[in-house]
Amino acid sequence: MTDAVTDAGAPLLEVTDLRVEFRTGREIVHAVNGAGFRVAAGETAAVLGESGSGKSVSAAAIMRLLQSPPAFVTGGEIRFKGEDVLTMPLNHWRRLCGQEIAMVFQDALASLNPVFSVGWQIAEQFRAHGQYAGGEAGERAVDLLARVGIPDPANRAKDYPHQFSGGMRQRVMIAMAIALGPDLLIADEPTTALDVTVQAQIMELLEDLREETGMAIVLITHDLGVVADVADQVSVMYAGRVVESGRVRDVLGHPAHPYTLALLDSVPQALGKGQKLRPIVGSPPDMARIPQGCAFHPRCRFATEKCRSEAPPPVAVAPGRFAECHHAEAVFNDR
Amino acid sequence: MTAEAIAGDDGPILSVRGLVKHFPIGSGLSWRPETGVIRAVDDVSFDLRRGETLGLVGESGCGKSTVARTLLRLEEPTAGEAFFRGHDIFTAAEAELKEMRRRIQVIFQDPYASLNPRMRVADIIGEPWMIHPDIVPRAERPERVRALLESVGLRREHADRYPHEFSGGQRQRIGIARAMALNPQVLICDEPVSALDVSVQAQVVNLLEEIQERFGIAYIFIAHDLSVVRHMSHRVAVMYLGRIVEIGDEEQVYNRPRHPYTKALLSAEPTLDFSGAAKRQRIILEGEVPSPADPPSGCRFRNRCWKAQDICAGAAPALEDSSESGHRAACYFPEDTPG
Repeated sequence: MTDAVTDAGAPLLEVTDLRVEFRTGREIVHAVNGAGFRVAAGETAAVLGESGSGKSVSAAAIMRLLQSPPAFVTGGEIRFKGEDVLTMPLNHWRRLCGQEIAMVFQDALASLNPVFSVGWQIAEQFRAHGQYAGGEAGERAVDLLARVGIPDPANRAKDYPHQFSGGMRQRVMIAMAIALGPDLLIADEPTTALDVTVQAQIMELLEDLREETGMAIVLITHDLGVVADVADQVSVMYAGRVVESGRVRDVLGHPAHPYTLALLDSVPQALGKGQKLRPIVGSPPDMARIPQGCAFHPRCRFATEKCRSEAPPPVAVAPGRFAECHHAEAVFNDR
Repeated sequence: MTAEAIAGDDGPILSVRGLVKHFPIGSGLSWRPETGVIRAVDDVSFDLRRGETLGLVGESGCGKSTVARTLLRLEEPTAGEAFFRGHDIFTAAEAELKEMRRRIQVIFQDPYASLNPRMRVADIIGEPWMIHPDIVPRAERPERVRALLESVGLRREHADRYPHEFSGGQRQRIGIARAMALNPQVLICDEPVSALDVSVQAQVVNLLEEIQERFGIAYIFIAHDLSVVRHMSHRVAVMYLGRIVEIGDEEQVYNRPRHPYTKALLSAEPTLDFSGAAKRQRIILEGEVPSPADPPSGCRFRNRCWKAQDICAGAAPALEDSSESGHRAACYFPEDTPG
């Protein structure tokens, strides 16, 4: 319905200066503090960050899944196909959900209803959106199970979530998400709970589906390796902000933000055997008490006086490359 | 078998032979108590040398944690032998077992569940001395606790705090300090960094390396993260469905894997390699790990293996005994020659 708007070079999804806080009785947790990223049609955009960096909260905000209270979106804008997600009427948003934008969660068992068969749950998409009813919806569900690589789909559709393994449940979730052919799939840590060989299967499935359907994927993850493997673009989050973004190969191959650099120094994959890991000192910040200036400065080996007082603006170190750091140029040119 | 295990001080510090652990599957009916067994560990043998790190990798359910738990006798083994400096762990009587346990310590995966929330850090770290009072005289204990805290990178004043006041990485350090309190010779690390964020994970990995360098403790390092195991280990054993399918030096197993499963496992791991032909040959395995209650006959990997022949369904392939380099695979059709 809004396809016309998209093709004029505008991104499929654009998040600008998003701010989310959680108001608990005692304190305010600033989970997202001005995060911004854009996703073009058909690409895989990764959002990389550690626990508490605000990546999942951002995803939940995009999907309007945050429960308020305690969560409040206090600023920013989310545009999907040019439309403002946060202000559109809920019934309009509900129509878009599933048909144009869908989500896969980390914990597939918690996301599935234990008392309905998986076939029924997948078919519910068609019924809810008035596309197919009864038997036909059920047949479509079986087709989808086959599409996501579940053997013997006609019989498996009658099974319940607990009868599936972790990897198979995630396939069921993916089947549900792609049922109505969305243009954007948000995958929040889709393989974190899975073993590497199963992870490889699921990532390959997502990649195949993307090629086949042309949907874009937002991949939320803490795993540098997964990002390097499958994503086109990456936004690195720290303390609720995107501190660095650009093409994956450029960002991970040649970081411009000290945090990205430090992350790469602390994973064994990036180092040769025998090289000592260089961990990031300290721990991630308490999001109710984010440090002044640059949030990363207490852990940063490049930090200067300026970093302690002044929040760094985004610096364009190369075309399409941004880093929020006073010393971005120096870090970028360091290697 | 036993003769080589009761070797002198040059022999391995820990020797495991034919370890089997089956868990009965209860039917829930009192008149039919068992309906089958989960073959969690089936005929596992390996040696741990002094001061080395043996990595144990494999996917969930492959039995790696069960191996660790039986070595600590947190689970009683179904069969097999394990010798700690020549003494059989599994048949040891109470007093001997107590002595062994002080030499074999453990750190667990979940730093939130493994520390008692009602105890102060000083009491958590000092608790092992209640059982082994001879290690540190009572009067010196408070000071020793603080020294241990410093040695794991925490501050002396942390001794008076409670676990909830610490982050995951700090709690894991407390767990390490508690294990170190008994001056162990073997430390079993069961997924010690899996619950931690990458930036914190590296701190704990470095700490474990430092401790090993300083005290010469041998580690059994269990993890599902292949790159962390590679970084930590001198030797690596790969497990699949309760069996060791390949064992060898870290460099041999990772660079020249011989068992098809090892190859597939390694190829599935995402890498950060952007150089040249970044996309390696990735082997995506078909299907899933079969149930350990009903594993395939013969080689347990055969129904997912692209090399499988009729012979693989017969007798289970044993770890080869030929290789001088100690690089051994349990496969009828291993990749090239041992390296």
